Amino acid sequence: MRLLRYAVLAAVCLLALAFPQLATWADQEFYISVASRVLIWGLFATSLNLLVGMGGMVSMGHAAFFGIGAYVVGITAVEAPQWSGALLVLPLAVLVTGALALVIGAISLRTRGVYFIMITLAFAQMLFYVFISLKGYGGDDGMQLLARSPLGSLKMADDTVFYYLVLALLALCLLGLARLRDSRFGRVLAGIKDNEARMESLGYATFRFKLTAFVIAGGMGGLAGALMANQNGYLSPNMLYWDQSGTALVMVILGGLGSLWGGLAGAAAFLLLEEVLAAFTPHWQIILGLVLLGVVFFAPRGLAGLFARKPR
Amino acid sequence: MKKTLLCIALAGALSASAQAADKIKVGFISTLSGPGGVLGGAIRDGFQLGLDHAGGKLGGLPAELIVEDDQQKPDVAKQLADKLIKRDKVDFMTGIVFQNIMQAVQGTVLGAETYYVSPNTGPSNLAGAGCNPYFFAVSWVSDSYSEATGKTMTDKGLNKVFVIAPNYPGGMDVVNGFKRYYKGGYAGEAYTKLGQLDYAVEISQIRAAKPDAVFFFLPGGMGVNFLKQWHQAGMGKEFPLFGTGWSFDQDTLAAVGEPTEFALNTSHWNLDLDNPANKKFVADFEKKYKRLPNEFAAQGYDAARLLDAAVRDVKGKVEDKAALGAALKAANFESVRGAFKFNKNNFPIQNYYLRQVRKDDKGRFVNKTVGTIFTDHQDAYVSACKM
Amino acid sequence: MNWIFFFEQCLNGLQFGLMLFLLVAGLTLIFGIMDLINLAHGSLYMIGAYLVATFAQASGSFMLAVALGLVATAIIGMAVEVLVLRGLYKRDHLSQVLATFALILIANETTRAIWGVQPLSLSVPAALSGSVELLPGLHYSTFRLVIIAVGLAVAALLYFVVVRTRVGMLVRAGASNRQMATAMGTNIKWLFTAVFGAGAMLCALAGAMLGPLLAVQVGMGENILILAFVTVVIGGIGSMRGAFIGALLVGVVDTFGRAFIPTLLRTALPPSLADAAGPSLAAITTYLLMVVVLFWKPQGLFPAGS
Repeated sequence: MRLLRYAVLAAVCLLALAFPQLATWADQEFYISVASRVLIWGLFATSLNLLVGMGGMVSMGHAAFFGIGAYVVGITAVEAPQWSGALLVLPLAVLVTGALALVIGAISLRTRGVYFIMITLAFAQMLFYVFISLKGYGGDDGMQLLARSPLGSLKMADDTVFYYLVLALLALCLLGLARLRDSRFGRVLAGIKDNEARMESLGYATFRFKLTAFVIAGGMGGLAGALMANQNGYLSPNMLYWDQSGTALVMVILGGLGSLWGGLAGAAAFLLLEEVLAAFTPHWQIILGLVLLGVVFFAPRGLAGLFARKPR
Repeated sequence: MKKTLLCIALAGALSASAQAADKIKVGFISTLSGPGGVLGGAIRDGFQLGLDHAGGKLGGLPAELIVEDDQQKPDVAKQLADKLIKRDKVDFMTGIVFQNIMQAVQGTVLGAETYYVSPNTGPSNLAGAGCNPYFFAVSWVSDSYSEATGKTMTDKGLNKVFVIAPNYPGGMDVVNGFKRYYKGGYAGEAYTKLGQLDYAVEISQIRAAKPDAVFFFLPGGMGVNFLKQWHQAGMGKEFPLFGTGWSFDQDTLAAVGEPTEFALNTSHWNLDLDNPANKKFVADFEKKYKRLPNEFAAQGYDAARLLDAAVRDVKGKVEDKAALGAALKAANFESVRGAFKFNKNNFPIQNYYLRQVRKDDKGRFVNKTVGTIFTDHQDAYVSACKM
Repeated sequence: MNWIFFFEQCLNGLQFGLMLFLLVAGLTLIFGIMDLINLAHGSLYMIGAYLVATFAQASGSFMLAVALGLVATAIIGMAVEVLVLRGLYKRDHLSQVLATFALILIANETTRAIWGVQPLSLSVPAALSGSVELLPGLHYSTFRLVIIAVGLAVAALLYFVVVRTRVGMLVRAGASNRQMATAMGTNIKWLFTAVFGAGAMLCALAGAMLGPLLAVQVGMGENILILAFVTVVIGGIGSMRGAFIGALLVGVVDTFGRAFIPTLLRTALPPSLADAAGPSLAAITTYLLMVVVLFWKPQGLFPAGS
């Protein structure tokens, strides 16, 4: 079983690395940008998985960071073009969304459970309504980017180059998350998820741990948003809307809560399913719904659960 | 593995067909699901009828229509546009309903020098400084309808008008078009939340303000909600209601019914426009789809007819982009709106009509044309277009 | 500002609040007793509205259509409970969210497959349309008065049920005390099904009351679902009293926000700034209200079981 897991992992990594070459060889370059989109959604879902799966904080407002990350790219391109290099604007997106997460988290984390779901949702919806009426930044029409954020001498307009940038950033984030999970911080977070009162009585300042996780997840979500704006050359308040948060949450549950690969697996499965089913019948959402129901009842630990170690 | 093989086979087929140009591929991205799906469905039905009337061909060549649903999500639309252009290598694109979707795919489509014929949305930036040789609209600029409404209300000598619209830049653009031609005074203005459900507050405000008339622009479901509540409160008897044609298209009239009766609205097209092309369109549309067409369907139909004419004019040589552009611009087809021609920004110079919702002899609510507001009207942005 | 206008806006607030209460009551019932987060609540509301509209067109009678629609929606609700939701009570909230999200997709797409994409029309009998003059100079929509009456009647009925009956005891025991509920007897399974049917019936009632005022179309459920959840959270999840007061609070705050914020801002700020900020601020008042309430009372105004 263990061997199989490593084999699958190695195959996935190889496929990810060689994908642009395979696509070019098959004369299907279009699928390179599809793959980038899957990876970016994967990053976004992974950041949410840190909150939901590892910290037990179910947020329905994660789109706030996705959207604001994108707007950092859009607004920088207009207001301060000299800062629009990827090396500046991507860290800026992480910083801004991290700071935003600090504020939202500090208020929201006073609540728990469904209250937490709804208060995070409220923050994202408020931002949605603010940006939809901001004429200076396109309002409902959103903003078009003239070019992707430049990075040294790399040809960012080339989908293959951009794909590898996204892949590298995603790999970095996954690596960081893996280390975080096995660190003292990660173990405390897991403890809080299981039984917050016990961790508190053991003397841990649980609020600070949760807030830290919230800020990291927010910054990572912001990075995903900034990449998505670059991928599409376009951003709009739609990225702040609650259905984006909902989609990411579905991806996480589908992929596997708390599993390192859950976010990525869920994003890939969800987007693929959407693509395949939509080609099959106009009423594809019925089938998607049935598949999701099937996951709830027959694969409660998500896709990652199918490959995972036996529960500890 | 199967998929890869399939891809290779497909790629082979593609490269073979590229040289022959033996068929015309049209990429049609539209909003077909969700509440906005009514509009996309009407455009698609109209476009399909246009193709049928040309014998399923465009300019004599077999036509392949690839229909995709953008779900009213900009990022989905963007990926679909990528797919149609890079993988399917379509000759034309059309179909988009909403302005923010157009903004999302504009760079991809026009950047690839693919001709886009808009069967609906007409963003003002594409009509003005951002005009583009690859973008043609068989519809209007987003504020043309409200310009016509403003003109009508000025002509009627109204001097105390209440304005209600949703608070987002697209809504404000429409209101600004109205204000460009409405010269009277205002009883009040209300700007509501996008997607608002309940309009009791605004209806109370209108009643308290005692206006001569009301101009409203509330697209989609918001407009339906407003009309129902307006009627429910018995406001129609006291205050005349003016709107844009979008809120009184035939599908809305059929669905909302009585609350729409007597409302005045503006459009560039109507069921009863007296020209042979329109008579044939309306009759055949009703025969095929068992309902009356609306302006969205008419725009879809005209888009198909325009493509047919342009491909015929270049004798199928769609690779010659310059000649194809000139052929599109010439617009050698009988439009259901009657005579029109493209301005230098590739938007129509056309008439706008005043319509009123009445019951027809079969008891259906339909628009009756009651006047011509503008003749050969040009939009407000064309002077900024350097094309 | 004149008093008639102010009073009319108060009525609007009350009416909007009771409209919300019709939706929120079913949600609270289901959450309070079964500890189930039902995202598909909005779908039941949509199905209710579609059925009432269809029956009204077929029979020509609004009242008959409402009766039939209520029964039919309750049956559909109970079928869904038996087939799907019953397996979810013991699961965590996240599984419930995913499963009921799946139900939304299925319900929306099935509705579109059956009724098509065009919105349906639903109008009320002539006797209820138009307006009545409540006070000299104060005209108010008759149908909105009916909504106020129905909302108050449902509130009174639920109050009676909650205070006087065995089902009510379960509600009062609250979401936090499910073990006690399960310990109450072997018939609990069917009791749950019945409660879910009642919740679905309340949804259909909301659909029938709102259908003549709002577009009956696919997606109408999600538009209002978020507002319903905001209301539940402000009041305190699972608490019927909280649902009632939360609904009224949201109704009044939203109405007053829209009616008065833009005018008030214009007296305090330069006109251009006030015109830009006013409508945006009015659009987010309900969310602001929720954040403020949860900041001071993280369990909502009336935490269940207290």
